[in-house]
Amino acid sequence: MSEFRYAVNVLPKPGILDPQGRAVEQSLPHLSVTNVSHVRVGRRVELTVTAEKEPDARAVVDGLAKELLSNPLIESNAVELLEGTSSVKSATKASARVKSR
Amino acid sequence: MRIGVVVFPDSNSDVDSLNALAVAGAEPVRLWHESPDLEGVSAVILPGGFSYGDYLRAGVIARFSPVMRGVSDFAARGGPVLGICNGFQVLAEARLVPGALLRNHSLRFAGKLVKIKPERLDSPFTKSGSGAAMRIPVAHGEGCYYLDEAGLDELERNGQVLWRYVREDGLPALDPDDPANPNGSLRAIAGVCNAAGNVAGLMPHPERMCEPILGRDDGLQIIASLVESARAWEAAR
Repeated sequence: MSEFRYAVNVLPKPGILDPQGRAVEQSLPHLSVTNVSHVRVGRRVELTVTAEKEPDARAVVDGLAKELLSNPLIESNAVELLEGTSSVKSATKASARVKSR
Repeated sequence: MRIGVVVFPDSNSDVDSLNALAVAGAEPVRLWHESPDLEGVSAVILPGGFSYGDYLRAGVIARFSPVMRGVSDFAARGGPVLGICNGFQVLAEARLVPGALLRNHSLRFAGKLVKIKPERLDSPFTKSGSGAAMRIPVAHGEGCYYLDEAGLDELERNGQVLWRYVREDGLPALDPDDPANPNGSLRAIAGVCNAAGNVAGLMPHPERMCEPILGRDDGLQIIASLVESARAWEAAR
């Protein structure tokens, strides 16, 4: 078994009002920043999946991304595999950073 | 008539809901979130509060709690279910009612009295009402009702919009910046029901405005409608 680490990036869909993004944007003049626009505020979730192969792990994350981590009605999600984090799962957690095969 | 009120971790309107049911002449039953058993109740209220701290998105963690399996089955059998405030958010996350509740347009928590008006008086949640506008409180940070345009048109066609926020003159507060629309809800929608009509969610708190000692009893008509519908559902079984 290997461990695969993913990030799920969740953002409000285009066209959905994003009051947090708007609040950030409204603060920009206080920093004398005038050339920044279209700020969107989302959420990033990182997680580790233990599975035989990467596609199996990916299927779990894709499911969670749609079912739990985002609401597809209002949010988009993008799953990314974090590099250098897949590793052989061993009995001792301390050695879990060794690259798999 | 036994009617259940689900208690999630951090529910805070559960006691108000239990009290409102008693005022409306029902026997209130507390239902714990860890059990899918609804104990034979004839209707269910999902109360306001902050289920599971509202982490991730309001209502989403509660959606996967054991009690929601029981609530989904009950709803599928046609049993009346009313979600109030956080309960509405839970129902929306569970896709038992259409739409989503976004952060308030103002970015501020809205805690005040608003006016809402029922769109129809033949629904299980409005049938004991007079049709007049009611003054009842809201208390939420994420109450901005959202659905895409096509979805909203379909709701209107099906008569699934049950309540709207209205201005003092009684007209819907369609402008999201109108203070009469406390959260910027699209088309001033305060509450909706599913296509079958037996599951409804609303953001304002009728259970907090159910007795003269609370100032007014405008909200009692919604709770009384639920009790009436529970009775009708029980009789039809």
